[in-house]
Amino acid sequence: MKFRGKIIDIACLNHFSRVVTTIAKLTKTCVLRLTPDNLFFVLSGKVANGGVSMWCELSQGNFFDEYQMEGVSSEDNEICLELSPENLSRALKTVQNAKSVKVKLTKKHCPCVTVSAELPTLSSVSRVVTHDVPVEVIPRRLWHELKEPSVPDFHVSIYLPPLKTMKNVVDRMKNLSNFLANLNGEMNLKIETDLVSVTTHFKDLGNPPWGGGSEGGADPEGMAEARVDIRRLQQFLMGQQVTPTKAMCNIVHQRILHLVVLHDDASLQYFIPAVA
Amino acid sequence: MPLSTQSQDDNDEQYILVASLDNARNLSNILKAIAFKDHAIFTATPNGLKVTVEDSKCLQANAFIQVEIFQEFTIKEDLVGFQVNLTVLLDCLNIFGGSTAPGLSTALRMCYRGYGYPLTLFLEEGGVVTVCKINTQEPEEPIDFDFCSSNVINKVILQSESLKEAFSELDMTSEVLQITMSPSQPYFRLSTFGNSGNAHYDYSKDSDMMELFKCTTTQTNRYKMLLLKPTTKALALSCKVSVRTDSRGFLSLQYMVRNDDGQICFVEYYCCPDEEVEEE
Repeated sequence: MKFRGKIIDIACLNHFSRVVTTIAKLTKTCVLRLTPDNLFFVLSGKVANGGVSMWCELSQGNFFDEYQMEGVSSEDNEICLELSPENLSRALKTVQNAKSVKVKLTKKHCPCVTVSAELPTLSSVSRVVTHDVPVEVIPRRLWHELKEPSVPDFHVSIYLPPLKTMKNVVDRMKNLSNFLANLNGEMNLKIETDLVSVTTHFKDLGNPPWGGGSEGGADPEGMAEARVDIRRLQQFLMGQQVTPTKAMCNIVHQRILHLVVLHDDASLQYFIPAVA
Repeated sequence: MPLSTQSQDDNDEQYILVASLDNARNLSNILKAIAFKDHAIFTATPNGLKVTVEDSKCLQANAFIQVEIFQEFTIKEDLVGFQVNLTVLLDCLNIFGGSTAPGLSTALRMCYRGYGYPLTLFLEEGGVVTVCKINTQEPEEPIDFDFCSSNVINKVILQSESLKEAFSELDMTSEVLQITMSPSQPYFRLSTFGNSGNAHYDYSKDSDMMELFKCTTTQTNRYKMLLLKPTTKALALSCKVSVRTDSRGFLSLQYMVRNDDGQICFVEYYCCPDEEVEEE
């Protein structure tokens, strides 16, 4: 198994760093999956993390100037590594001023993704900074857990309102209680406690052209609803650092809230299961 | 305004109180000045809204938002009263986030159907509407501190600027804040008695900051520091404060607060003296 990549464009480095920071805000550990054309950050839904799952896809050509990898074998030309995105994010932040950054798979006391860069200094001698991010190699027999989640047969699909507005409202709701969501060409966020009920109505959001309704002819006024843990939604909103090209969500009535965020060079999907 | 539609007006028949503001901050900011307890008593009359918060029967804060501040104020009875959780109310008023872009404000429509019904808030910003229904309780009777102008012994009006510094530096290890008012030196003195020693803040009657000085008799009164601590918030918002004590040593602090639109509202605090000390 081999991997080496080099980023020389500072904008690409910043983008990559931002994506990793967003992932770090969503989960403590995840799997980095490397293929010849793409990088994926994957979190498979497990009871331990509240059933949420995440799929982030980056096209390697958008970030790396040089990219060479050799997978586990020629038929399985992929590498899957479990790591803490926070560690990787911190490493990338320290090298954000570098002229070039090298990322490679190494074996130190354990397998690592090593981030190294030459940083400018005031003197003529530059200094080299190396970060070893420990990783755990995921064996092939577990790779089936890391497949791209199939997009569920959702009942409704809708574009999200400006994420900042949504975050403001969700932050206040967190103080009050913990559940929400309901949705159409309009979207409602709602919480209810003994003391108070609060409903925020967003409208004129627009629905993506592929529409919704697993059975054709679903009533356009009908709302699909998913009750989710508001902390998960808050985590998702906190992680978004730049305005995405497109942000939308799909709802499978009372089952799943599927959030999709598209940037020019990366896409992120986040699945939050509904609670009873 | 999106919140006032024809259908809304038809529904209004059911409400005994409807109050609207183009800028919800004109209510939320002044309520923050008295939000030291969870519960507040709302009293509405044709003159406007009074919100009361009390602590251990020794301290009472009142915020007055007079009818002229509201863009709409309709009341169907002489007096409408209810009690709500003030923390929840403030969270709702700030549902779109604390600070907003200049020119963008949250509009508010507050409606109440009467005894047993929740307080309904319609908040709108940038086309997004939030509806909050907050449970109400039977209002407790606010304490009557029986503080009347005819019993006032000493009165000063100061520019808040001068007191802000003193209050921010108050020695919190002192159990009491002592206020001395006198026609002669030291005129107006705030004193604390903390672990590091005693501290005095003196304000001369000739000071630029002193707008009014009417002291007839020397009085020294002590008030529990913890009771007066919440007044710092009201002081921070205000431009002027009046300090009055009556023959029983009861303290009245009245703060003049200017809102976002430059209109004046008042916040007042009443405090009982700490019983252990007699007047000098």
